[in-house]
Amino acid sequence: MEIELAKVDEVVDKYKGDEGMLIQILQDVQGEFRWLPKEALERVCKKLSIPISRAYRIATFYTAFSLEPRGRHLVNVCLGTACHVRGGSRILEKLEQSLDITAGHTTPDQKYSLERVNCLGCCALGPVITVDEEAHGRLVVKDIDAILDGYE
Amino acid sequence: MAQLKSLADFEKLRDEITGKRDPNKPCITICAGSGCIASGSPKVADAFIEELKNQGLQDKIDLRQTGCHGFCEKGTLVVIHPEHICYIQVQPEDIPEIITETITNGNVIERLLYVDPETGEKIAHEQDIPFYKYQDRLIFGNNSKTDPKNIDDYIALSGYSALAKTLFKMNTEEVLLEIKKSGLRGRGGGGFPTGRKWEEAARISSDIKYVIVNADEGDPGAYMDRSVLEGNPHSVLEGLIIGAYAVGAHEGFIYVRAEYPLAVENVGIAIKQAEDYGLLGKDILGSGFDFTITVHRGAGAFISGESSALMSAIEGQVGEPRPKHIHTVVKGVFDRPSVLNNVETWANVPIIIDKGADLYASVGTEGSTGTKIFSLVGKVNNTGLVEVPMGTSIRDIVFKIGGGIPGGKKFKAVQTGGPSGGCIPEALIDSPVDFDELTKLGAMMGSGGMIVLDEDTCMVDMARYFIDFLKDESCGKCTPCREGITQMLGILNDLCEGRGEEGDLELIEAIAEVTRAASLCALGQTAPNPVLTTIQYFRDEYEAHIRERRCPAGVCKALFSYYIDPEKCKACMICLRNCPVDAIIGEKGQIHVIDQAKCTKCGTCFDMCPDRFGAVTKVSGTVPTALPLEERVIQKGK
Repeated sequence: MEIELAKVDEVVDKYKGDEGMLIQILQDVQGEFRWLPKEALERVCKKLSIPISRAYRIATFYTAFSLEPRGRHLVNVCLGTACHVRGGSRILEKLEQSLDITAGHTTPDQKYSLERVNCLGCCALGPVITVDEEAHGRLVVKDIDAILDGYE
Repeated sequence: MAQLKSLADFEKLRDEITGKRDPNKPCITICAGSGCIASGSPKVADAFIEELKNQGLQDKIDLRQTGCHGFCEKGTLVVIHPEHICYIQVQPEDIPEIITETITNGNVIERLLYVDPETGEKIAHEQDIPFYKYQDRLIFGNNSKTDPKNIDDYIALSGYSALAKTLFKMNTEEVLLEIKKSGLRGRGGGGFPTGRKWEEAARISSDIKYVIVNADEGDPGAYMDRSVLEGNPHSVLEGLIIGAYAVGAHEGFIYVRAEYPLAVENVGIAIKQAEDYGLLGKDILGSGFDFTITVHRGAGAFISGESSALMSAIEGQVGEPRPKHIHTVVKGVFDRPSVLNNVETWANVPIIIDKGADLYASVGTEGSTGTKIFSLVGKVNNTGLVEVPMGTSIRDIVFKIGGGIPGGKKFKAVQTGGPSGGCIPEALIDSPVDFDELTKLGAMMGSGGMIVLDEDTCMVDMARYFIDFLKDESCGKCTPCREGITQMLGILNDLCEGRGEEGDLELIEAIAEVTRAASLCALGQTAPNPVLTTIQYFRDEYEAHIRERRCPAGVCKALFSYYIDPEKCKACMICLRNCPVDAIIGEKGQIHVIDQAKCTKCGTCFDMCPDRFGAVTKVSGTVPTALPLEERVIQKGK
């Protein structure tokens, strides 16, 4: 896969090559590509003069990072306590069924990635999901298909 | 913007800002916290801007997009000053009417007012709404008065005056004494006395020390730190600078969850503005004190909120806890003395300095002074953020402020303290809420999540939810936590799925004891709390799962089935059309029946069946045999 390594360089340079900022660097790199391609990780580590294992350790420990390509839209399903008691898991089941993938995966057409998150901090609106930056709250199962149809 | 070089410069600026502001000038405030944004507040704000322009009023009326007002259930919230008229659930199409009727003609629009569900009374003024009336908003009050992206709003409300007082009128010893005297305890969970923590760090001689804001608010169901950081970031910065001065630190970190993009944005803007004014950076206000702040975004790991784990994350390492034989105030970030407090704790500091420790300590209880912000969520009418004096009873919080349980359901318990906390049953609802009382009940304060549970909540499922959460979030470094949680989860899964056996409860209690005693950090040490408190207070529910294979609340899917009561079914086709797996058999005029072999128990039919029919029910054990086809006829006049 061809990626623009210049974008990676830009990110590392922004943090002045400080290896203490590795987590922030990986977040920004992921911001560029929506996931962490192997070539990008190799480039980061080369520029910071650290072993690639360190980047992989970070990337596999924190849930925000993805080592697989992500879809054009990221659906986060909140399963925080408030959403749980208001039926968040049923919303997740419905999404899994409609998209025909399980949480943590991407649809074959690369349109949607589905993730579960622990709390989005919109507890008053539970159950809540976000699609990219947009929040949809007070959901019931029958709302889901209309929401999914609303994205290109 | 000119840098302020002295106390006199600062006071001059403050006087200029306040001098320009007319308290009687009408001001429309629109909540722009995350909750209201999700409810559409940006569109409401745009509509106001446009309509004010249309009516030529843009210079006569101030418009302010503020931090979270707390009453998230009713967003988008709009409050019109100086009268404090509060409109709820405002939509963009309401705006022309608000401008014409309320702003120009001075009339209140009845249909946008909050209606007290008990009395049916419409309430016009924010301060008279029960949700607000019974609160004491020491920390949170300024959220709704300030635009978090505008430092002048904060300074106008005497912001940074406490910092000025600290730098020019107090030495470090006096600051430490004041914080100690205030009785402030850490709002992040442990409740450790803040003054003692600061003092320990101050006593160590080291040329480099750090102060840290823990904004990795990981407890699911808790979002007060987010709202304070988002809605009033300068109060946190001011507290942090004062703390840095007291302990002798010149560098600070704010570690904030990446799931909170608005908080990251607002705190970034706040730092920049404070630097531009000379309230941060080199030689703050000409006092000779230097201090800088770096923001770190977390990357989604609950354990990173643990103090030593958070410090590893700041170093760019994996956020795993380390043994704390030596406290982090002695050896923290890069092995330097580091003082870590959460967002709310730091936001308390300027208030203590400003009001004085004695006045501050007069609020709350003897062991827990001041106020606490709770995120009141779950099965409660007035969901939102609630700030009350320590020692307020659970009943007052849930019923007086929260307005009770929706849908006429029965209160069952509150869960406090996040995944490390516990469930407090109805019998103990009059208990005062403070650090020590909650610990006595087997729960804990935690960061202030308060999740209300009603009769439809299964306590075994609740315990399983938290243990499942902790299983994902345990870093796996130490065996008691990793294995203990996994084994407890296995047993809870068995109970919820109908495989429970006699002796399971005793076994889970034994595992809980070891996990509590032998885990490395607080995650494992407190992980058994949700299990132990639910067993303690709701043992009968556990026993029903084991002995009768029954889930009394009708939550555990393996233990009940959906069933359409033929006496109540009107054959309206609603459930049938909405069933995602086509498991409902029937047609117009023919009573519907669920094909149990196809049913996935998603609950759609249960939700969709109109309340006036209430035909879809949950049954434990064997499902009654369906009527023969020829009898499934709706009889006229029934």
